[in-house]
Amino acid sequence: MYTTELGKPDAKAPVAIGGEDPALVAAFEARVAADEFIEPKDWMPEAYRRTLVRQISQHAHSEIVGMLPEGNWLTRAPSLRRKAVLLAKVQDEGGHGLYLYCAAETLGTSRDEMIDALHSGKAKYSTIFNYPTLTWADIGAIGWLVDGAAIMNQVPLQRTSYGPYARAMVRVCKEESFHQRQGYEIMMALAGGTPDQKAMAQDALNRWWWPSIMMFGPPDDNSPNSAQSMRWRIKRDTNDELRQKFVDVTVPQAEYIGLTVPDPDLVWNADKGGYDFGAIDWEEFYAVVRGEGPVAKERMKARRDAWDEGAWVREAASAYEATRAARRAA
Amino acid sequence: MQAQSSIKSDAHLPAQWHPALFDYLLRLGDDSLILGQRLTEWCGHAPALEVDLSLANIGLDLIGQATLFLELAGEVEGKGRNGDRLAFHRDVLAFRNCLLVEQPNGDFAQTMARQLLFSTYSHALFEGLCQSAEPRIAEIAAKAVKEVRYHAELAADWVIRLGDGTEDSSTRMIDGLDWHWRFVEELFEVDALEQPLVEAGIAVDRTQLRAAFDTRIAAVLTEATLPLPVYPRGIKGGRTGHHSEHLGHLLAVMQYLPRSYPDAVW
Repeated sequence: MYTTELGKPDAKAPVAIGGEDPALVAAFEARVAADEFIEPKDWMPEAYRRTLVRQISQHAHSEIVGMLPEGNWLTRAPSLRRKAVLLAKVQDEGGHGLYLYCAAETLGTSRDEMIDALHSGKAKYSTIFNYPTLTWADIGAIGWLVDGAAIMNQVPLQRTSYGPYARAMVRVCKEESFHQRQGYEIMMALAGGTPDQKAMAQDALNRWWWPSIMMFGPPDDNSPNSAQSMRWRIKRDTNDELRQKFVDVTVPQAEYIGLTVPDPDLVWNADKGGYDFGAIDWEEFYAVVRGEGPVAKERMKARRDAWDEGAWVREAASAYEATRAARRAA
Repeated sequence: MQAQSSIKSDAHLPAQWHPALFDYLLRLGDDSLILGQRLTEWCGHAPALEVDLSLANIGLDLIGQATLFLELAGEVEGKGRNGDRLAFHRDVLAFRNCLLVEQPNGDFAQTMARQLLFSTYSHALFEGLCQSAEPRIAEIAAKAVKEVRYHAELAADWVIRLGDGTEDSSTRMIDGLDWHWRFVEELFEVDALEQPLVEAGIAVDRTQLRAAFDTRIAAVLTEATLPLPVYPRGIKGGRTGHHSEHLGHLLAVMQYLPRSYPDAVW
């Protein structure tokens, strides 16, 4: 559910890598500029391919790691309906991860390679999942804010230039909008509930607000890969444009249920037709990108443990398939 | 089945049936609820993404079944308790699930062993309950039987794959089956509470399901190249509220929020 480029600026990635046929590059650029979809078998610049693999796999990893903070509350969901809805949501996230890995595989990188990159710390995933889910209200906040931010990012990606990614996004977006509503509905129930519940909801908003608006990535004047991604139509809106849109949509939603956005500088600006908001602590953002988020170690350990502890199952499944294939051949 | 025509709705169900029917519905609902709860523990930690998705899928089906059975139990009881009240505000002694479903997940082999045994049994049970003289049970069973057929097939596929996979997976599968086999006998028991319901055509005679179960399990284990477990004496107690030590911990986690904030609506 997260798509902002988190890779280090890649100084070695010019539009056309040395040796690429300028005619092919020009034809590719023209197709992209005409909003045509690029398909797996089409020629594409190596840098485009690399950027996409990085972005799509980052997105896939985010879906998978994102199952953990919500999974933390599956066993403690407070009603049968909440439990079923949350389980369906977490299952959707896993499904998104699956089609995104498949979309990335069409670019010639295997799922195992991508998973290795995640486990070795080489690949990034959304910073937001390195924050803990302390109360049930955090499940509401994640659906409302995190999935809300994800939708802002992903709706434009339905028209991203790489066909398999764009098509995956169409399905993902439908499900994300259901996730966002379920999160807001949890918050609404809490905000309108007992004083304890309302306090829980406000506390969750206080903790998730800033990390959520950081999800759109660095400000445009410090987002080194943005220009190239915009030109290639991998990205269609800038980080700051999306962030502004998110704030403008979300603040009235908070007010409607009687919660306060934890930003004393937040004020409606009639001239621009949007909210002005306070300074974002980018030091914190970069620290979390570096892997210093509050539960980054726990998240990575959970993923590595699941993978390592499941190795015998995957080996057994392969051995069984091999035996069957041998029997069929005999 | 002679009572079939006389029971069309709650209004027609003689009041003397209510306590037994309530208890029977708890047995059905609690089995699904507790196993569903166990499966949610896997979420995000399964051996592969596809496995994570299928375990969540089974869990979701089970929680859906539990909701239907427990809501109906609440209606039959007529004391204003709904499904949530029954799920989150009963203590260990009032739970009526079998011991099998509350067993810890263990490793993936142990989880699949439990799933195979439970879903194979449960499929046969729901097939029978599709003809229940209590139409609301028949209706839930008609929906659940399709889900449970898939659960049983999926579990059988994994038991075969792991049994006939590597030496390690085969050993783990043997251990997983061995852990759970002592709880099989309880699944097929009909006690004094169920007997009249069986005679009225409301409940299925569980004793009649055992032979087909044994045949099916033997076929799966043969294909999996696994030995049939033996356990001299079945362990029982779940249907009367005498559970293993595991259930109390499961409930402590599952019920914590509604119990901590008894006035809250979620």
